[in-house]
Amino acid sequence: MSQMVCKDVSLGYDGNAIVNNLNFTVNKGDYLCVVGENGAGKSTLIKTILGLRSPLKGSIELGDSLKANEIGYLPQQTMVQKDFPASVKEIVLSGALNKTGLSPFYTRKEKELAKKAMESLGITALANRCYRELSGGQQQRVLLARAICATRKLLVLDEPVAGLDPKATAEMYELIKDINKNGETTIIMVSHDISAAMTYATHILHVSREALYFGTKEGYLQSDVAKIFIAKEDEK
Amino acid sequence: MSVAEKLSMYFQYDFVRNALIVGVLIALCSSLFGATLVLKRFSFIGDGLSHVAFGAMAIAAVLKFTNNMLIILPLTVLCAVILLSLGQNAKIKGDAAVAMISVSSLGLGYMLMNVFPTSSNVSGDVCSTLFGSTSILTLTKTDVALSLLLSVAVIVFFIFFYNKIFSVTFDESFARATGIRAGLYNILVAIIVAVIIVVAMNLVGSLLTSALIIFPALSAMRVFKSFRSVIICSAVTSVICAAAGIILHLITTTPIGSTIVAANLAVFAVFFVAGKIRR
Repeated sequence: MSQMVCKDVSLGYDGNAIVNNLNFTVNKGDYLCVVGENGAGKSTLIKTILGLRSPLKGSIELGDSLKANEIGYLPQQTMVQKDFPASVKEIVLSGALNKTGLSPFYTRKEKELAKKAMESLGITALANRCYRELSGGQQQRVLLARAICATRKLLVLDEPVAGLDPKATAEMYELIKDINKNGETTIIMVSHDISAAMTYATHILHVSREALYFGTKEGYLQSDVAKIFIAKEDEK
Repeated sequence: MSVAEKLSMYFQYDFVRNALIVGVLIALCSSLFGATLVLKRFSFIGDGLSHVAFGAMAIAAVLKFTNNMLIILPLTVLCAVILLSLGQNAKIKGDAAVAMISVSSLGLGYMLMNVFPTSSNVSGDVCSTLFGSTSILTLTKTDVALSLLLSVAVIVFFIFFYNKIFSVTFDESFARATGIRAGLYNILVAIIVAVIIVVAMNLVGSLLTSALIIFPALSAMRVFKSFRSVIICSAVTSVICAAAGIILHLITTTPIGSTIVAANLAVFAVFFVAGKIRR
C-alpha cells in the first residue's frame, strides 16, 4: 500500500488554479524530487501535503499507517529565525514535541531521540551553540535533525540547499541520501537543482501549468517535458 | 531621616508591602511572554491592547461599575482574539488593524470620559489611567487577591506550555505540519497577554504596559543565546526593575510607572553595550 496517494489535485490561490490534475503516489522508501519553474506551485504543493492548506480540488490520502503528524518537515528559513535566540539543543528537541502528547515536558525518551538525531547529523558539538550564530549549512543540519525527531517515516524538504555553498550543498545531499537509505525514510524534496535531482531521486514530479510528469527518474529523462526543462536550466 | 529609615518606615505599612508584592508579580508574568511577542513580531499587538484597555476603562467608569475589571478584562481579551485572527488573513492587514483599533479606543475612551465626567478633574483621571497613578498603593484586599490569582495562573500556564510556546514561536508552520495545534496556542497567548495588560495597568498605567512586556525580553536577547536563558534573564531583570521602580518612587516620589520604565531602559542600555562587547 502507498504512503501517499494524490488524486486529481488542483492547487492555487483564491480559487484560481495554478496546477491542475495532479496525480502521483509515494511508496515507502521512495526519494521523490519535485521540480519545476518558479511560481509553478511547488511550495503550494508542499503546504498541501503537510495539511497547512487544502487543495482546490481532489484529495491527498495517506496510507500505510502513516498519520498526518508523522510527516517531518524542513521548511525554508523565515526572517523570524534569523535573529532567534535559541540553542541547537532546544530546536532539535522541539521536533519531538508531537510525541509528548498531553505531557507538558519532554521525557528521557524524547531527549534520547534528539541526542541520536544530533549524532547522526554530526552536530553534537554544536548542541549548546546559538542557532543564529551558525553557518547556513549548520543551520540546515539543525533543522534536518529537528525534522528527524518528528518522524522517520516521511520527510518533506523545501529547498534544503538554498543559499548553501557548494561544499555544504554536497554534504546536505549526502546526509539526505543516508537518511533515505538507512532509516527507511521516504523523502519528498522540492529542488531547483535538476542535476542533484537526477543524481539522488528515484522518482520525479514535474509541476507546471501545461506540462506535468510523474514517474521514475529514468522515464523522466526520456520525456519531452524533461528535455525542454533541462535545456532551459542549462542555458542559465 | 535617612533613606534607609524612611524605607523601613514605609515597609511597616501593609499597603506598601502589598504594592511591592503585586508589582513584582505583575512584572514577572508580563516579562515571560515578552520574548514570544517580540520574536513573533507581535509587539505592536501588546501596544494596541493597552489602548483598548484604556477605552474599556472609560466605558467601565461611565457605566459606574463597582469592579471595573469585569468590563476591562473581557473587552480586552475579545480584542486580542480579533487582532490575532485578523493578522493571518484579512483585507485590513494586522498592523493597520491594530493601529485602527488602538486609536479608536483612545479617542472614544477620552470622549466618553469628557461627555460623562465621573469627577471634576477629567484630565487628571485620564492622565492617571494612561500613565499610572499611585493606584498600586491603594489596592483593596480584593485587588490584591485578584492580582495574585491572575499572576499565579499566568506563571503556571507558562511553565506548563513552555515547550509548545517555544515551538510555535520558533517555527509555526513546522509546528502545524507535525501536528501541534499552533492556532490554539496563538489564541491562548493572545488571551494571556490581554490579561497581563489589564493587570499591569494597575502598576504602570495603560500606555506603559507594553514596556513592561517587551523591554525585559529585548534586553535579555542582547546578551543571552538560548530561549530558556532569555526567559529567565527577562524575568529576573523585570522583577529587579519593578522593585527598584517602586522603591525609588517611595524615596523620590517620581511616578511609579515612568520610574519602572526608566529602570528598564537603563537595563536595556547596559545589556546593549554588554552584547556589543561580547560579540
